[in-house]
Amino acid sequence: MDILETLRERFSDKIKNVKIHTDKRIYIDIDKENLLEVASFVFNDMDARFVTASGVDNLDSMEILYHFSIDREDVIVSLRVLLDRENSVVESLGSIIKGALNIEREMYELLGIKFLNHQDLKRLLLAEDYPEGVYPLRKDDQKGKK
Amino acid sequence: MKKVIVPIGPYHPLLEEPEYFALYCDGELVVDVEWMAGYNHRGIEKISESKHWDQVTFLIERICGICSTSHPIAYCNAVEDLAKVEIPERAKYIRSIVGELERIHSHLLWVGLAGHFLGYNTVFMWAWKYREPILDIMEMVTGNRNHYAMMKVGGVRRDIEDADIPIIRKILEQLKPKLEMLTGAVLDDPVLAARLKGVGVLTAQDIKEYGALGPVARASGVDIDVRRDSPHAAYGLVEWKVITCKEGDVFAKAVVRLLECFESIKIIEQCLDNLKGKKGEISIDVRNIPPGEGIGHYEAPRGECFHYVRSDGTSRPLRHKIRAPSFMNIPTFKASCIGETVADVTIILAGVDPCYCCTERSAVAYDVSTRKKILDGSDLIKLSHEKTGKIRKQFGIKDK
Repeated sequence: MDILETLRERFSDKIKNVKIHTDKRIYIDIDKENLLEVASFVFNDMDARFVTASGVDNLDSMEILYHFSIDREDVIVSLRVLLDRENSVVESLGSIIKGALNIEREMYELLGIKFLNHQDLKRLLLAEDYPEGVYPLRKDDQKGKK
Repeated sequence: MKKVIVPIGPYHPLLEEPEYFALYCDGELVVDVEWMAGYNHRGIEKISESKHWDQVTFLIERICGICSTSHPIAYCNAVEDLAKVEIPERAKYIRSIVGELERIHSHLLWVGLAGHFLGYNTVFMWAWKYREPILDIMEMVTGNRNHYAMMKVGGVRRDIEDADIPIIRKILEQLKPKLEMLTGAVLDDPVLAARLKGVGVLTAQDIKEYGALGPVARASGVDIDVRRDSPHAAYGLVEWKVITCKEGDVFAKAVVRLLECFESIKIIEQCLDNLKGKKGEISIDVRNIPPGEGIGHYEAPRGECFHYVRSDGTSRPLRHKIRAPSFMNIPTFKASCIGETVADVTIILAGVDPCYCCTERSAVAYDVSTRKKILDGSDLIKLSHEKTGKIRKQFGIKDK
């Protein structure tokens, strides 16, 4: 698989783990320190389309999957970053991908993940009077269970 | 310099659904746009975590009332990717037929609304009139005008019988000349050309940066279409082509949408050929969803619907991420609206066919003056069944 070869060649020391679900769906684990570099390479040099990012609360960690689609090859590459749950902070992709700004705002308000150097990190969907520090998409959120 | 804010929304005749745009203006010129959403947010991703895998298809249909089969197809693709399931061939054709019928009705709905926003109500009336028979086909085949409940993990829920096929063909045949007339009238109209050409231009670079999708991307010369790029359902089995334009203005978006309707008709006709006279399974049993993760996408009328699901082996999704196309298309306003006049911005906003979420349905009808219940849920369902029966009778289809 060319895509994986290219990435392995370029980031041999930065790719922690690779999961090939099918030949069309590849999941790559990286450290959050390398996110900007790898994402920028996938987006610009490999000419991938930024699809979206999925934030997942694993209870022991926060996880973000950045999905990139390489349409001409019909492959979706997902970059997986694990964050500390109590202090989940990661660099914003907004400086290289404008389309990532809103999904980062959404993850910020729903999961409580902070994005460094985001140009406009404020709520996107929640009401202004929704309490601070309550993150409805977290698994242990009690407010949503009523 | 003092800036004036012109608010559009949250409730505004231009918008079908609540959403707020603040236009920062310097005189007539728009210098910045701010978007605020969430007025209709229902937390479907969260609700999905509390539903059975099979129930989720009904839930996510309620994400949108216009493209209410696109999300289920994307979701089923995701779960089938997770469980590594291949659906029967007959189900593939039926999925494509329902998907393409939906595309025709959605594009016609947009053309009508665009005409209405420009004050050209003849286009509005034509387009919505020609859209109606498509909804009749939907009701005849699926039982509902919207929220068809056709998709399930592993296939489809209802078959398209041989008896239905000639009527679907007849309606599509009748639609073609009307659609040609409408397309000609819209594309040749000097007033529409003056209002739409060169307005709200998005370059291919803008599309890349914002990740814009669907007709918005294709109108700017970005040749992407999930149906072709990632063949699923019957899209790899029939002949059709992806429509693109180079200009990137609102006019190009209208051209792409109108011409796509003809491609949709082509796809449906070929799928019907492949269904006719043949028998076969329409779904396979998917009982257990193994632990793991899956990604599915589908080209909805507005662009790619993207679903990510994760399973821990139980009967419910552990996480279900949904990304609708408008989420990526709406931020392009920063690129397309700035420098335009307020009058043009209204149609630029409508140009991406923004669609938020729509689930409002009546469940009970009350008399306003006496507060007495007139109809409850079961009465409404009964009425709906009677209406479907009437349509089927009108087309001469006998019920089993």
